[in-house]
Amino acid sequence: MHSAAPNPWLSWRYVESNWAEISHQLSIHTTLTLEAVAIAFALAFPLAVLARNVRWLTRPILGTASVLYTIPSLALFALLAPFTGIGRTTVLVGLVTYALLVLVRNILTGLEGVDPDIVDAARGLGYSKSKMLFAVEVPNALPSIVAGLRIATVTTVALVTVGVVVGYGGLGQLMFRGFQSSYRAEIATSSLLCVALALVLDLAIVAAARAAMPWARRGRSA
Amino acid sequence: MSIWADAWTYVSTGVNWTGKHGLTHPTFDGGWKFAHDSIAALTIEHLYMSAAAVITAAAIALPLGMALGHARRGGGLTVMLSNVSRAMPTLALLTLFAASSIGFGNRAVIIAAAIFAFPPILTNAYTGMANVDADVTEAAVGQGLTRLQVALRVELPLAWPLVASGLRTSASQTVATVPLAALVAGGGLGVIINTGLATQAYGQVLAGGVLVAALTLGVDAAMGLLQRRLTPLPLRVGARAVA
Repeated sequence: MHSAAPNPWLSWRYVESNWAEISHQLSIHTTLTLEAVAIAFALAFPLAVLARNVRWLTRPILGTASVLYTIPSLALFALLAPFTGIGRTTVLVGLVTYALLVLVRNILTGLEGVDPDIVDAARGLGYSKSKMLFAVEVPNALPSIVAGLRIATVTTVALVTVGVVVGYGGLGQLMFRGFQSSYRAEIATSSLLCVALALVLDLAIVAAARAAMPWARRGRSA
Repeated sequence: MSIWADAWTYVSTGVNWTGKHGLTHPTFDGGWKFAHDSIAALTIEHLYMSAAAVITAAAIALPLGMALGHARRGGGLTVMLSNVSRAMPTLALLTLFAASSIGFGNRAVIIAAAIFAFPPILTNAYTGMANVDADVTEAAVGQGLTRLQVALRVELPLAWPLVASGLRTSASQTVATVPLAALVAGGGLGVIINTGLATQAYGQVLAGGVLVAALTLGVDAAMGLLQRRLTPLPLRVGARAVA
């Protein structure tokens, strides 16, 4: 397939001469991921609280979220295209959909796992419902919430690449073009950057969680 | 809502299911391949690729996870493996394979899908085996069972709900991932989506998406049934996925 022309897996020259485009796609990839996870979290938190407080809503909320999860990413992005157009919105909607399930499930698990004695004690102190939620339950559920955020973020980074089917895939754009032109360095570089981005964001969340949970720094971790 | 109408037309047209020239057609080198204009053939190809991937992954991950869990060692390794694999985009793996000597097509897709099917099976097999009450295994050892007997006759049945849910998660995840194969010239139901996208036939894209989603839900339901059937009676209390 390839003739004598060199086709290395990694090439510093490729990175150097295409840095403008690589960094552009990398920043698209990063902002898309952060935005998607932030929106998903903003939606998932009230949903999870609702699912916890209103018993009969638990199953429908979790059920809808898991059915959404079975839709293949390729199809979802492609399906949204005629409604939301080719580009950013489409990818964002798809990403939020997938991050939602993970977050709702983990927030719910976290809230349900709070020791009833702690809640009782807080009630005895006369805490209102909202104060109870934010001052007692959420801090206690943080390990589970953080675990959900980590999974959601890392999977979102990987999913952004599929956005290439609607022409907005961040680093996936480079991956796919590399595939079409059999240019190995382009594929390998963008793949490595994807994994690196996932690791960096994951570490950032872990660091933020450690700062937010001084009580958990010793002993068991999230 | 004309997209839904188009999708319905696509799904309800008989020739789209059977293909214009039957389910398979010959290749230049005397072999045969699945016809890519037939929903039936693509479904079979999809299931075949998914099954091959999950079976390959299970053949390695199950014994490994069980051995590690039995020895209660390597927990950090399994967690790390499953985290890193989440960060690796499937598309990256597929395109990397395409550019390497593995090439593209169904074989590369099966290998890539197997790599992604691996972690849930490994993690759940490990967790299930490692979480069996130590007193129980000790009692079994005290009764004179060998280590292998303890693992297979005591720990495995107790760990089964978790082991099975790992297999189940992995299977439905694989069925939902295989459509990406179409992007790198592989087969399966993704072909319908990809062709529809290329020709701007969005009804066909919708039909393809719904077909894959239905197949995923169907496989999950079938696996759920099988899991229940194979679970020892006393353990049949709503054990659900811990993926």
